[in-house]
Amino acid sequence: MARATPSQATGLLGWIDQRLPVIDFWNQHIGKYYAPKNFNFWYYFGSLAMLVLANQIITGIFLTMHYKPSEAEAFASVEYIMREVEWGWLIRYMHSTGASLFFVVVYLHMFRALIYGSYKKPRELIWVLGVVIFLLLMAEAFLGYVLPWGQMSFWGAQVIISLFGAIPWIGPDLVIWIQGDFIPGDATLNRFFALHVIALPLAILLLVVLHIAALHEVGSNNPDGVDIKKIKDADGKPLDGIPFHPYYTVKDIFGAACFLILFFSIIFFQPTFGNLFLERENFMIADPLVTPAHIKPVWYFTPYYAMLRAIPDKLFGVAVMGGAVLILFLLPWLDRSAVRSIRYRGPLTKAALTIFIIAFLILGYLGMQPGSDLQTLIARICTAIYFGFFFALPLISSMDSSKPVPERVTMHD
Amino acid sequence: MIKTYLTKAAAALALALASACTLAAGGGGTIYTLQTEVTDRATLQTGAQVYFNYCAGCHSLQYMRYSQLGADLGLTEDQVMENLNFTGAKYTDYIIAAMPVGDAELGTGGTGWFTKAPPDLSLVGRSRGADWIYSYLMTFYPDPSRPLGWNNVQFPNASMPNPLWQMQGIQNAEFHAKKKDAAGKELPCHALEINGQCFVKLEPAVGGRMSAQEYKDSMRALTTFLDYVGEPAALKRDQYGVWVLLYLILLAGVTYLLKHEYWKDVH
Repeated sequence: MARATPSQATGLLGWIDQRLPVIDFWNQHIGKYYAPKNFNFWYYFGSLAMLVLANQIITGIFLTMHYKPSEAEAFASVEYIMREVEWGWLIRYMHSTGASLFFVVVYLHMFRALIYGSYKKPRELIWVLGVVIFLLLMAEAFLGYVLPWGQMSFWGAQVIISLFGAIPWIGPDLVIWIQGDFIPGDATLNRFFALHVIALPLAILLLVVLHIAALHEVGSNNPDGVDIKKIKDADGKPLDGIPFHPYYTVKDIFGAACFLILFFSIIFFQPTFGNLFLERENFMIADPLVTPAHIKPVWYFTPYYAMLRAIPDKLFGVAVMGGAVLILFLLPWLDRSAVRSIRYRGPLTKAALTIFIIAFLILGYLGMQPGSDLQTLIARICTAIYFGFFFALPLISSMDSSKPVPERVTMHD
Repeated sequence: MIKTYLTKAAAALALALASACTLAAGGGGTIYTLQTEVTDRATLQTGAQVYFNYCAGCHSLQYMRYSQLGADLGLTEDQVMENLNFTGAKYTDYIIAAMPVGDAELGTGGTGWFTKAPPDLSLVGRSRGADWIYSYLMTFYPDPSRPLGWNNVQFPNASMPNPLWQMQGIQNAEFHAKKKDAAGKELPCHALEINGQCFVKLEPAVGGRMSAQEYKDSMRALTTFLDYVGEPAALKRDQYGVWVLLYLILLAGVTYLLKHEYWKDVH
């Protein structure tokens, strides 16, 4: 694309810039991207998600150098990495801990969007792309969990793949097609490896690029939900905006350092995280003849797993579980409020959001439990609250009172 | 000293966080609990000695090499080959039991000594955990109804006989029949039910070669050894963790000052 003014840069940078608009790109996305100056704690998690993504890709590359995606060798090759590959244990723990912290970071990132209304117009597409990333990330994590070929890998795969069997007519054949076998086996493991290391990471990377491109097109939201582009100075720069670099680069580097303290505390001192990040059963090799007493997914899937189990009918259960994620796509159009941020919303919305979050956390806890009658009842109530939040939101958000939103952002430092 | 203190502080913090989550995840019940310290070399050496004298005949450590054991336990090649390796394997070989796998199982052409092949124990420290292993080793009792005459409280109806009875002596298990309610319906046991009876306690009957305390210590050592075998990297984690964290805390401090400096003019 030809530019209005030719590049003014000289030297090597000039040579490159005349041929590739690197300076424009830098300015548009970093150097002169104006972000609101009032970002708070909740705004660290976007950049942290990118940090964890990079960690997963880099450690993943090194793991593939030693991992063997075959039924006969997979389990032993992971132990080989843990015991005999130089620093293999560190790479593996960085990858396994990174997977769990990816979900911690992404859940908090989504929570931020919820409380500050970051999905509302004009940022609907950013939210939609984000939910697609969340879906792909769930698939990526599930596939990755199967690769060590331990007991939970095998039985988790068996349970999740069998969900496709609930689809009328084609279900049973679909299950065999996905597995490439009558039970999860060598063919399953090999194809899951292909999907985990190339197909899904490529898709996730592309979507992250689109997610950020869409964000930079409309500009970042902020804790006040104020549109900073409305009030500009003589040069056309938002008065409440500051260039992403250096302000947010230095701030995010500080955030990254704090995150790494947590990350490496877990890796060095509690890598299984009380058998939550790496489960005990998965240190036993997959055995199709021995069913574990209690099959449960890793913690980040448990809210959705609890919903699946709460429904007696398998097909309806699968529909509810899938619907629980898919309904997130509609959020920008369900929220009718005139204001974005929780700071200026009325008591009804605040109460609804609080109850929704509590129900989600309770579901997460219940998904780890064996599931007594009482627990099933509570899981049903919480599932109803989860969906009820979305169904009631158009009404709640349009009838709720709201406080006046200021013209300019507020600083709380 | 400072490093030890910092390691303990960091580990305690991570553990507190993790155990809150373990509670949420629902911990498995064991008869005893045991704190193991895999960095305690003397305990590891004692545990290795017990393992190779009493366990290694049947149970392999298939992911572990003799050479790594030597390096991690601070033993020379000669010490390992003389005191721990009884199979004629090479120093760099994996630790494979002397008993051929087929010998153990019925119907595989072997002699069928046991009903089930003795499992590999490389990862038992991770899949079962130290509490479980220790409880298992401590709670064997004679039971004539079992094929080999032994039963276990932690793992009822396990197929393994008690190879350690000469060390521990023999303890008998006390049971009572299930109580019935007024309608004659059986009530569930208060604690543990084994083969339809309620378990009460284990009572020492015949003394062994060791005192009760000596046996406990040696089982603690054996458990610690298996815990280490489950994750030899635990030694390295302990060695490097504190320094990595100290560096990161320093980095966080410096980056905070950098951020503070840049943000001075933002109001």
